[in-house]
Amino acid sequence: MISWFKKRKKDYPEFWLDYLEHFKDIKKTPINETRFVAFDTETTGFDRKKDRILSIGAVAFVNKRIPVNQSLELYLEQDIFNPETVKIHEIMKSSDFVKISELEAIKVFLDYIKNAILVAHHANFDKTMMNEMLSRNGLGKLKNKFIDTGVLYNKSKHKIYQENLKEHYYLDDLCEELNVPKVDRHTANGDALITAIVFLKILARLDKRKNLKWSYLLGK
Amino acid sequence: MKNSIAERVAEFLKRYPPFNLINAASLLLIAEQVSIIYLEKGDTIFKNGDINHDCFYVVRDGAISLYYKNGDVNEITNIHDTGDLFGLRALIAKTPYHLNATANEESIIYAIPISIFQSVTDKSVNIQKYLITAFASNDYTPYTSEQAGKIFVDYIPSNSQDVVSFQTANYTKAPITCSTSSTLKSAAKKMCAHKIGCIIVIDTYKKPVGIITNSDIKNKIATGLFPIETKVTQIMSSPVITAKKDLTVADGQLQMIKNSIGHLCITKDGTVNSKLIGVLTHHDVLTSLGNNPTAILKDIKRAKRTKKLRAARHKANGLLKSYLEQNIPLSHIIKIISQINDAVTVRAIDLAILKMPTPPPVSFTWLALGSQGRREQLLFTDQDNALIFENVSKKDYAATKDYFLELSKLVNKTLNKVGFEYCEADMMASNPEWCKSLLEWQDQFKTWILNPDEKAILLSSVFFDYNAVYGNTTFTDKITDTIFNTLNEAYLFYKFLGRDAVKSPSPLGFFKQFLIEQNGEQKELFNIKSRAIMPLVDAARLLILNKQIKGVNNTYERFEKLAALEPENSELYESCSYAFKALSKFKTKQGLLNSNSGKFINLKTLTKEEKLKLRRCFKPIHEIQDVLINRFDLKNFI
Repeated sequence: MISWFKKRKKDYPEFWLDYLEHFKDIKKTPINETRFVAFDTETTGFDRKKDRILSIGAVAFVNKRIPVNQSLELYLEQDIFNPETVKIHEIMKSSDFVKISELEAIKVFLDYIKNAILVAHHANFDKTMMNEMLSRNGLGKLKNKFIDTGVLYNKSKHKIYQENLKEHYYLDDLCEELNVPKVDRHTANGDALITAIVFLKILARLDKRKNLKWSYLLGK
Repeated sequence: MKNSIAERVAEFLKRYPPFNLINAASLLLIAEQVSIIYLEKGDTIFKNGDINHDCFYVVRDGAISLYYKNGDVNEITNIHDTGDLFGLRALIAKTPYHLNATANEESIIYAIPISIFQSVTDKSVNIQKYLITAFASNDYTPYTSEQAGKIFVDYIPSNSQDVVSFQTANYTKAPITCSTSSTLKSAAKKMCAHKIGCIIVIDTYKKPVGIITNSDIKNKIATGLFPIETKVTQIMSSPVITAKKDLTVADGQLQMIKNSIGHLCITKDGTVNSKLIGVLTHHDVLTSLGNNPTAILKDIKRAKRTKKLRAARHKANGLLKSYLEQNIPLSHIIKIISQINDAVTVRAIDLAILKMPTPPPVSFTWLALGSQGRREQLLFTDQDNALIFENVSKKDYAATKDYFLELSKLVNKTLNKVGFEYCEADMMASNPEWCKSLLEWQDQFKTWILNPDEKAILLSSVFFDYNAVYGNTTFTDKITDTIFNTLNEAYLFYKFLGRDAVKSPSPLGFFKQFLIEQNGEQKELFNIKSRAIMPLVDAARLLILNKQIKGVNNTYERFEKLAALEPENSELYESCSYAFKALSKFKTKQGLLNSNSGKFINLKTLTKEEKLKLRRCFKPIHEIQDVLINRFDLKNFI
């Protein structure tokens, strides 16, 4: 049994081990010195088993500053194609973006995120899709901490409205509420930037009331 | 690799100079190196004396104010909006920053590295030219505006240098004119349409030949001297007094006094024989000279854009400062600032209605709540407001509500731009909960009074202080009636309000020292609002509701009214009224000093005398809380 484990571990490719390396002795840093990565995926649909990731967009930021040249935009080669969702994200099967394989995308993505805190809208969906893709390629699950902007938004609402909060917010709802211009909605990269700004705005609202603690930010 | 974000950044930049002069490929190179920075209100980008950053900035959303410190006071030189560029001078001059830059509201800015910008634009003459002009104007203008404007204004003695007087006068650039063949009636219509007091008569070469003012119309037409179909040339004052465009404010005023006129025509060469390019009015002179409530109100009423509205409201802060310095009675200051705040709201609503596709479907009332509702707001605070619309039939309800929500959204946004932050608790008319028909509001108040709970009491501290700022005041009268009728059946409600009013004990501690706020980061600070001012406000509201007095909204006026009604307690009520005014003044001064709400006071910065004064104000708080406990039998309820 033990030898089986060992064998599996050895089988992991170099880049995955490098990724895991980032999670060894993580030191707690103040929120304003921590690297966050906001990301979004465009997919062929919402079925975790059947559907595939078509593109991944991400922006990284430390202390409210988002360098444009450090954003990530990946388009993936997939055999599965769903004409229904093309309307939304406009990634055609034959689009002339430079496309890469799933494995290649995973390599780049893991090297990009490292141990950053991941921020996504409806984070569970993106997390599931990513983890499915990782497992298809014989890898483990993402180790990063996640923050869902929808959940975080509810926390920021004043207590007198706590009873009538929505379970579910669309990213568009949050843009309206928080006055974020909806540029480039439904491209992975554009949504990642919007998510980052939404996140920063909610953070500012939360921090106004108290000294923000990690436990509060990451808690359910 | 494809970078969609860089493409969007480039698309945005190319709409504004100097980026519109750069070709698409080069602009994309620049855009890729941009950093997008999110700023909360009050966040600092750079400070005077800071080593210059390796980048300059462009505002994407929001507004950034640039200011310098004049003693304790921040003098704003410019507020930059979307598309404006700042922080460049220091880079080109290779010096530290001269000004301070902070976010005037929540903002997003782009930081553009100077190195990439220069390498891309090095050879472009146009861009160099643009940058040189930017040097000469914009935030680099030596300190303009109101800093020295206290000289000619009522009851403000001269105490600062009159630099402004020797600056170039800021005249009206597109003057309203009519031709020599016009009739007086058509000229008067034009004056009405533009809400102005004078019109210039020009000949076919656009040279000014005469002027007609309100007083000409009063003296020559209204008296029956001439019929209204008279040609303008028959009653105009002619010739006009002219001046060159680089005329200083002081010269302009001198000319006006010398010729006893209120308007100077600015022409190309400064004589009557050249083209008219502008008009300098007495009003312009007064506004450049500064702080005068009439001028500010006029500016507000004429403002066609949020930017103008904001500039006018910011002037009021200068006014406030000089009033406080002059020790003008606080009740007077409060009245003037409330007037100005109301005017800003009214104008914001007017502008919003113009932006809507149709006029309002039914009549409505805009309510100011909380401190603006009590008409005792001095500095910028959060906006608290609500909207009542006329009762409509069921089938029209949804459309009516949607209309007013949309309208409110525009108004809230404008007010936010002007400087009134969005209410943290979203108590604003754009919230569907607070934009309702009269009937719904009457029910709402009944529910609050008859079924008091924590939430109702929390809200009542804001919603029971309302003031109709815009529209139909019969709605508020009806709500007041509903409230008083319902109060007769609701003794419990008083108890709840009472409990709330005495919940924070008066700040006189055991050892006669201040209780300093323990929680949060403001450890060294004393929260003057929640600990000292709000207990007085809450007490006054409760007592005045209990007495069923209508239409007295100011806390200090409420106490004065109570003193008149209960002579046996008049001494206490009067000292409460005094304490409220003194504390508000204190808070306002602190707020102006630190450009914030003044809520938190650092006790270390107070002189002994100020501390004594503060402590004296706390005594009536303690006593009035005792009165509430006895009167509403709160001992076992707390």
